[in-house]
Amino acid sequence: MFRDIYITFEQFLHNFGAMCLFIVRMVLSTPSVFVKRFGLVAYQVYNAGALSLVVIMISGLFVGGVLGLLAYSSLEQFNAEDTTGIFAGLGLVKGIGPVITALLFAGRAGTALTSEIGLMKATDQLSAMEMMAVDPLRYVAVPRFLGGVISMPLLTAIFTAIGLLGAHLVAVEQLGVDVGSYWQQMQNVLDMEDIQEGITKSVVFGIVASSVAVWEGYNSTPTAEGVGRATTRTVVVTSIAVLFFNYMITAMYL
Amino acid sequence: MLCYARLADRLGTPNNRSGKLPDNLIEVRDLDFSRGDRTIFKNLNLTIAQGDVTAIMGPSGTGKTTLLQLITRQLNPDRGQVVVDGVDIATLNHKELYKLRQRFGVLFQNGALLTDMSVFENVAFPIREHTKLPDSLIRHVVLTKLHAVGLRGAAYLMPAQLSGGMARRVALARAIAMDPDVLIYDEPFVGLDPISMGVIVKLLGQINDALDITSIVVSHDVHDVAAVADFSYVIADGNVAAAGTPAELKQTDSELVKQFMHGLPDGPVGFHYDAPDYEEQLLGKSVK
Repeated sequence: MFRDIYITFEQFLHNFGAMCLFIVRMVLSTPSVFVKRFGLVAYQVYNAGALSLVVIMISGLFVGGVLGLLAYSSLEQFNAEDTTGIFAGLGLVKGIGPVITALLFAGRAGTALTSEIGLMKATDQLSAMEMMAVDPLRYVAVPRFLGGVISMPLLTAIFTAIGLLGAHLVAVEQLGVDVGSYWQQMQNVLDMEDIQEGITKSVVFGIVASSVAVWEGYNSTPTAEGVGRATTRTVVVTSIAVLFFNYMITAMYL
Repeated sequence: MLCYARLADRLGTPNNRSGKLPDNLIEVRDLDFSRGDRTIFKNLNLTIAQGDVTAIMGPSGTGKTTLLQLITRQLNPDRGQVVVDGVDIATLNHKELYKLRQRFGVLFQNGALLTDMSVFENVAFPIREHTKLPDSLIRHVVLTKLHAVGLRGAAYLMPAQLSGGMARRVALARAIAMDPDVLIYDEPFVGLDPISMGVIVKLLGQINDALDITSIVVSHDVHDVAAVADFSYVIADGNVAAAGTPAELKQTDSELVKQFMHGLPDGPVGFHYDAPDYEEQLLGKSVK
């Protein structure tokens, strides 16, 4: 049993090291890819970002609505329902917005990236590129990585804005909180540091989600089952990593 | 000779010692390669002559495709050397390796077309990546290559709309798009109907002669390969079991080669994969 644990741990370290090296290679290639293959990067921003907009916007509306509802029902007991905006604002900007956006990103765009790259590998398309002296890391991996990294903060901003609107709809339009109080209280409490925390989280989550998705696809076993497993791993690993980094960044900003 | 000078110019590499064409463009020397515990090659030696069509044949699972991957350094040997044009490819850095690969055209077993691009864009892909030719000239080159494989009319189809034989021909057009010096065919006849197979065989010979290139064909289709190959190797048990012209191979005394060349069901290559005793296994006496 100890031997199995040792082998599993060794394998984990090996994979983790290989993934770190892969990310370093991607980061080092980023400037040249950004300049020379800007079209590919722009397409991947559309692919990972624009195509995720619908799910992000709908989710943002409902998450904001629930937040407004819960904040109102809790604060009402202390006659503090006018501060619902603070709850919604802080919750969405600092925590829920970046986290749920990252989890939705992993489920929508991350899985798509992994399965696309995995299938390219399974059908020898990556090998064909290598043999045409075109580095698949630069042509396939880095543009997708950058597309995700650029998309995530934009999606987070949209999710948060729609979430605040959803909370407004519930708290102000449905439950009768004063509109001036809702926005004024939020504006008074939220400062630049809170927004900076949200942006930091979204950038870190973007790097985490995109690198995991691209790595899993690139490193998948080139079979139908292998691609399926890699896609599942993308969601699991990204979710755990996002929640871990969320805790770390929150603690860092306190 | 012209072809070799063209290569040397393109690569910026010295035109090989005396300026003469090397007899052997590719040499595999004392090569060992294993996957896990399984030995694929043990002390393998072979040479690919410049300008020839060289066939690498052998029963399934003997490592023919692996050998191609070693020749193009998609894999690294455990021991030994692969020397291309006088250079040990293990000594090349990433940039030099990619420069060398521009001299290779590879036809993958399944075509390996990029599925998000049209046929035209697939053939144009290596040209766009490695040259700064204007679009009008790229269009001219691509249509010329597609015409050579008879698929100019399919230029704007997507790979999903092609049959297996058509996909293979598009992949061939892409492989010759950069006028390579070495063209590698990995099982080019697998899964093709007789007409498509005939077309590929004809193209293979024509391209080799017209472009004056070196071709390596990996296949276990003895008869079709024999029609185009100048020289053949039969790989078995991790090494070269026989080598010679197709006619010479047919005359060989080796039981294994005889079995392979004549497609005999019985011989050194057994029908059964290694297994415990049949009776013992059925009666549950064997642990496996």
